[in-house]
Amino acid sequence: MFKNTLKRISLLLVAAMPLVAGAAGEVNVYSYRQPFLVEPLFNKFTEQTGVKVNVVFAKKGMAERLAREGKHSPADVLLTTDISRLIELQDKQLLQPVDSKALQAAIPARYRASDDTWYGLTTRVRNIYSAKRLGEVDFTYEELADPKWKGKICTRSGKHPYNVALVAAMVAEHGEADTLTWLQGVKANLARKPQGNDRGQVQAIHQGLCDIALGNSYYFGKMLKNDKQKVWADAVNINFPNQKNRGAHVNISGVAMAKYAPHAKNAKALMEFLASDQAQAMYAETNMEYPVRAGVKVSELVSSWGEFKADHLPLETIAANRKTALVLLDKVQFDL
Amino acid sequence: MISGNKSKTWLTTTWLSALALLAPVLVMLLAGVGAPADLFVHLWQTVLPDYIINTLLLGVLVVALSLCFGVPAAIIVSQTNVWGQKYLRWLLLLPLAMPAYLVAYLYTDLFDYAGPVQRFLRASFGWSSPADYWFFDLRTLPGAALILSLVLFPYVYMLARTAFEQQDQNLLRASRLLGLSARRTFFKVALPLARPAIAVAASLILMETLADFATVQYFAVNTLTTAIYDTWLGYGDLTSANALASVLMLFILFTVVAEQKSRAGQRHQSNRPNKRNEVMVLSRWQQLAAGSFCWLLVAAGFVLPLTLLLQMALEYSDAGQLVRLMDTGKNSLEVAVYAASLTVLLALLFGLYRRLHQDKFAHVPQMVSGFGYAIPGTVIAMAMLATFGPLDHWLNDMAEMLGLEAPGLILSGSIFVIVFAFIVRFAAIANGTIASGIGQIPHSLDLAPASLGAGLQKMLFKVHLPLLKPSLLVAWLLVFVEAMKELPAVLLLRPFNFETLSTQVYQLISDEMLEQGALGAILIVLFGLLPVIWLNRTKPY
Repeated sequence: MFKNTLKRISLLLVAAMPLVAGAAGEVNVYSYRQPFLVEPLFNKFTEQTGVKVNVVFAKKGMAERLAREGKHSPADVLLTTDISRLIELQDKQLLQPVDSKALQAAIPARYRASDDTWYGLTTRVRNIYSAKRLGEVDFTYEELADPKWKGKICTRSGKHPYNVALVAAMVAEHGEADTLTWLQGVKANLARKPQGNDRGQVQAIHQGLCDIALGNSYYFGKMLKNDKQKVWADAVNINFPNQKNRGAHVNISGVAMAKYAPHAKNAKALMEFLASDQAQAMYAETNMEYPVRAGVKVSELVSSWGEFKADHLPLETIAANRKTALVLLDKVQFDL
Repeated sequence: MISGNKSKTWLTTTWLSALALLAPVLVMLLAGVGAPADLFVHLWQTVLPDYIINTLLLGVLVVALSLCFGVPAAIIVSQTNVWGQKYLRWLLLLPLAMPAYLVAYLYTDLFDYAGPVQRFLRASFGWSSPADYWFFDLRTLPGAALILSLVLFPYVYMLARTAFEQQDQNLLRASRLLGLSARRTFFKVALPLARPAIAVAASLILMETLADFATVQYFAVNTLTTAIYDTWLGYGDLTSANALASVLMLFILFTVVAEQKSRAGQRHQSNRPNKRNEVMVLSRWQQLAAGSFCWLLVAAGFVLPLTLLLQMALEYSDAGQLVRLMDTGKNSLEVAVYAASLTVLLALLFGLYRRLHQDKFAHVPQMVSGFGYAIPGTVIAMAMLATFGPLDHWLNDMAEMLGLEAPGLILSGSIFVIVFAFIVRFAAIANGTIASGIGQIPHSLDLAPASLGAGLQKMLFKVHLPLLKPSLLVAWLLVFVEAMKELPAVLLLRPFNFETLSTQVYQLISDEMLEQGALGAILIVLFGLLPVIWLNRTKPY
């Protein structure tokens, strides 16, 4: 029995080898993004080029996995949902620069690396959702610490990358000491311990547990399109904060090429495809994010939320302040 | 007892296997050496004490609740004439097939402010806001403990029941002859005899709790595992994360040693198991209470969550989805079968080695191979990459040197690494179950075959293995079900285009779309059920 099992395992290993080694006409993707979000895009790409896209969803530990795999890594293209992950990959020297006219023409300079190692694909805004019953309110992030919101705010864990990036932006804008005071204020205003995800917070407003919540913009669209969740979304207004000064905090989802990409040519083709008019329009339509490519329209639903001013703070600055943000979050015991 | 070359081969195999299972743990420990002290000071001054307190509280609560659920259930089913016993016997095992994070999700949906229960209450009593009434909040530490106990108590139930049913009837009969009632015999003789098995179950549950991530995260309960994730994924400091994981290891080491100490000096043996012992006859009211208790556990741990899932699946799924899920299901089954079979084989090796080599260190392979259980799946996964990555590189370099085509990452980039991670993670389950089974075999049976001139092999196959069959089956089943449910290690280690049911369901849950994953979740549960039913049909001898 043991021998048999061993035999079967080794057979399986042999069978798995092509997956690992990869044949021509393929491109291997490590993705932070959920497969069902990006699969329509990959299918389109395969349809047009004949190149097969293999994907592994590696939300956690992508950097370590790449580092361990080293020069034998099968990964070609890396997709992330947030700037910090891109910078982490860059810092650990796991990326290679991609010199592409198409990418440079499509993506504004502030949404790509100065050394061509990573490119933004979509932008996502950190909105403030407010209960419809509050009416129109002109929000700022700073104001979340105002005692008038005591017991009214809901949010997911402070340690979630989306919140960490927002806190990092606050550090860049106001400095460490002021951000600490601000965080203490926000914590004091929380209606409940940070929990759940961005949708959960909108649900909590619908339930009457809180009045305002932090959340990314595209979730609003996704909830509106979901039968069960539409009632949650219908209970709130989506607000773009800080419109009278620096603008709303924006993060990016992005793409990069792995340092040892075995299918570099296909990888470049896939990256260029993701920045093309067609793919950017798909991002806008299916994921309800803001395309980075100029001239690509946002979806009708998204445009109905109105125009907004985005904070122009360089993404690298946000990533550079991440650790400080984490330390501050621990100091105020934000999640406890 | 065993001599010559055979002994040497056995010795080497056992120790090398144990070392292989310990290797990722050692790699993790070594990787934690030299962690930056300032990060620890920062964590210690801010959040770590709370994390540690939460971890301890959660562990104690889950074990206590599981004992309160599992031991009475085992007593009722094996020692009384309660109605429906025949069904309860196996129904009480079913909650084990439910992933804790799934039950957590379903129950919060049910009991949340917007859930049907509270909506009904508000409509019935005319309340309109949370301020109007009090309702328990499931997303708390006690809530997490309750959910974890609801799905983990079958460990206690199963091991305790097996122990009760395999007890030496002579001892029980002697007690009756000396004038004790059936009830007093049970509490004075049978229960103390079952203590080792119950202790094994309690330590398994404790380790499972320490390693849990998905449930506690969903309930916003920050534990040591949270701290490991924070330092690794937030601060990007794997070294410190490993050092923290080593702190967690201390907890486990303590548990393992305490559990072994509690059993030291006890020898439980039986040569006439499975003849049904006398039952405690319950009055009608006692039957009703005892029966309701068991049925309630089945309902809360299994029937209710499954009903909720079925309801979702009926509403949101179609036939095409089922076909697509078949491939994913095959992947899950494949890794779970390999993992369960290999884990049981190794546990048998460690168990018999300990029994038949009676030197001072014979228990070491069994003990050290179980350390992986309490390490969160994600940390195990990182340790696996750190262990097999270099091996792969070496293999590739060798191939290149010999002028062959480089094979790529055949170990760390294939399902090999997933199966290995499962073995490391679940060896403790099989070890505990099989050790407790071996403990029941009288030592005289080790000597008898030899005195009759039978060799080692004959002794094992004719005597030990047949006696161990129930324990082997239980161990296989437990590992299989755990492997079907396991999530974090697969998430990190899977090769391209390789999804299991649990990864697929989890991705949908994490995006608040369990409705679409309900069918996959039901498949996890069904695959987990099959061996339970099969096990129940198999007569132990």
